[in-house]
Amino acid sequence: MNIEWLDIVLESFWILFKILLIVIPLMISVAYLTFFERKVIGYMQGRIGPNRVGFYGLLQPIADAIKLMFKEIITPNKSNKTLFFLAPILTIAPAFAAWAVIPFNAELVLADINAGLLYVLAMTSIAVYGVIIAGWASNSKYAFLGSLRSAAQIVSYEIAMGFTLVGVLMCANSLNLGDIVEGQKGGLLQWYIWPLFPLLIIYFISAVAETNRAPFDVAEGESEIVAGFHVEYSGMAFAVFFLAEYANMILVSMLAALMFLGGWLSPVSFLPDGILWLFFKVGICLFFFLWFRATFPRYRYDQIMRLGWKVFIPITLVWIIFVGFMMQTPYKGMFH
Amino acid sequence: MNIKKQIIGLIKGLSLYELLLGLGLTGRYFFSKKVTIQYPEEKTPQSPRFRGLHALRRYPNGEERCIACKLCEAVCPAMAITIESEMREDNTRRTTRYDIDLTKCIFCGFCEESCPVDSIVETRILDYHGEERGDLLYNKEMLLEVGDQYEKIIQADREKEAKYR
Repeated sequence: MNIEWLDIVLESFWILFKILLIVIPLMISVAYLTFFERKVIGYMQGRIGPNRVGFYGLLQPIADAIKLMFKEIITPNKSNKTLFFLAPILTIAPAFAAWAVIPFNAELVLADINAGLLYVLAMTSIAVYGVIIAGWASNSKYAFLGSLRSAAQIVSYEIAMGFTLVGVLMCANSLNLGDIVEGQKGGLLQWYIWPLFPLLIIYFISAVAETNRAPFDVAEGESEIVAGFHVEYSGMAFAVFFLAEYANMILVSMLAALMFLGGWLSPVSFLPDGILWLFFKVGICLFFFLWFRATFPRYRYDQIMRLGWKVFIPITLVWIIFVGFMMQTPYKGMFH
Repeated sequence: MNIKKQIIGLIKGLSLYELLLGLGLTGRYFFSKKVTIQYPEEKTPQSPRFRGLHALRRYPNGEERCIACKLCEAVCPAMAITIESEMREDNTRRTTRYDIDLTKCIFCGFCEESCPVDSIVETRILDYHGEERGDLLYNKEMLLEVGDQYEKIIQADREKEAKYR
């Protein structure tokens, strides 16, 4: 009896250790993603970006973090205090929780569950509650407008994003992320990016919209509604929103790498597969996020809705039917 | 004709043609030469006419130039200058008080334009600050000290500009 208990406790600690092994590097990459964002956008604007703190500015994110930690957290007088502090937690928890099913290579995965993809989709959908609650609990019109915009936007793009993933499911015949990657074995030409190229583009644009990044950042819309849903947040509470946004960016880039770009598989046969390939692909996707932000002006709200409902959803539907049709023809090898 | 246009527009839209053009532009700028001036180490070029912190000058024999004519006080549009004067033993008129409120000053340069003896001048110094209230209320001693410290630069700038005055 005692030994069984010990086993359970040990097992729990082992899982906790593995969770930390994912979350801590994730936090560090979020910190440095903010740094690289400032650098990349600076470079694209002919500036050099932060370079004062530490060697080439490499300690800048740490300075930012310390600053945010020591700042006062202000609660608006008429806000709903409970929900006000629940909102950042509700935003960041799913952003981290979704990482549980992400495989880093064939063995390295915290929870190797069969419905991995569904789980990730569910988790990214929950994140919208954080935004809505933040906007509502702040009791400020700007925050409320921001959260309303964000809610409509995320819900619309969730559909297009879900449909692109249906295409991946049809090709891979599995919901398990590890199996999806394994289905792309055999070099660059076997990756799902080729048969599902339009879906990749739509997935990526929807991902930008899902994470409320420029040019789909109407939820924040600095020039119109100050900072949108997190206008009343300061200090660490604000930092948590920030952290969640960037963690979500890394997450959707990771999904793009896993589902369309062959995950940890090497593009050529003479190089070994490995986790470095995965990080490289994620890095490229993240660079595109920053590149978009440096290039595109913000979409008008009705244009966002038009793009989501009247362009993306029909295109994904047509392509899914096309893939399904092709799978019944002798060319099905192309689609696995 | 109209249908042809529509089809071209559709293809352009679906191929993200214009978005890719935009990405190409920012992509090129990513590798362009950076224009940042790293301030404390590098500085932008300054004109000899630069209007920064004020200074009161002296003659080479150590006598202060200002004769308390109060032209600068009169011309100052922000009314930042306050002057009081007295008759000295040697029958010359000199200031007993010469204050400039730098929080009022708009750095128009009228004071140095109006000065008949080139006493009040504006130097190239732009990076000064005050840490307490009142630190930016400069009095005669402080202004003379600025003048003593930067006399060489002030003189060189005056000479360069002399032919345009």
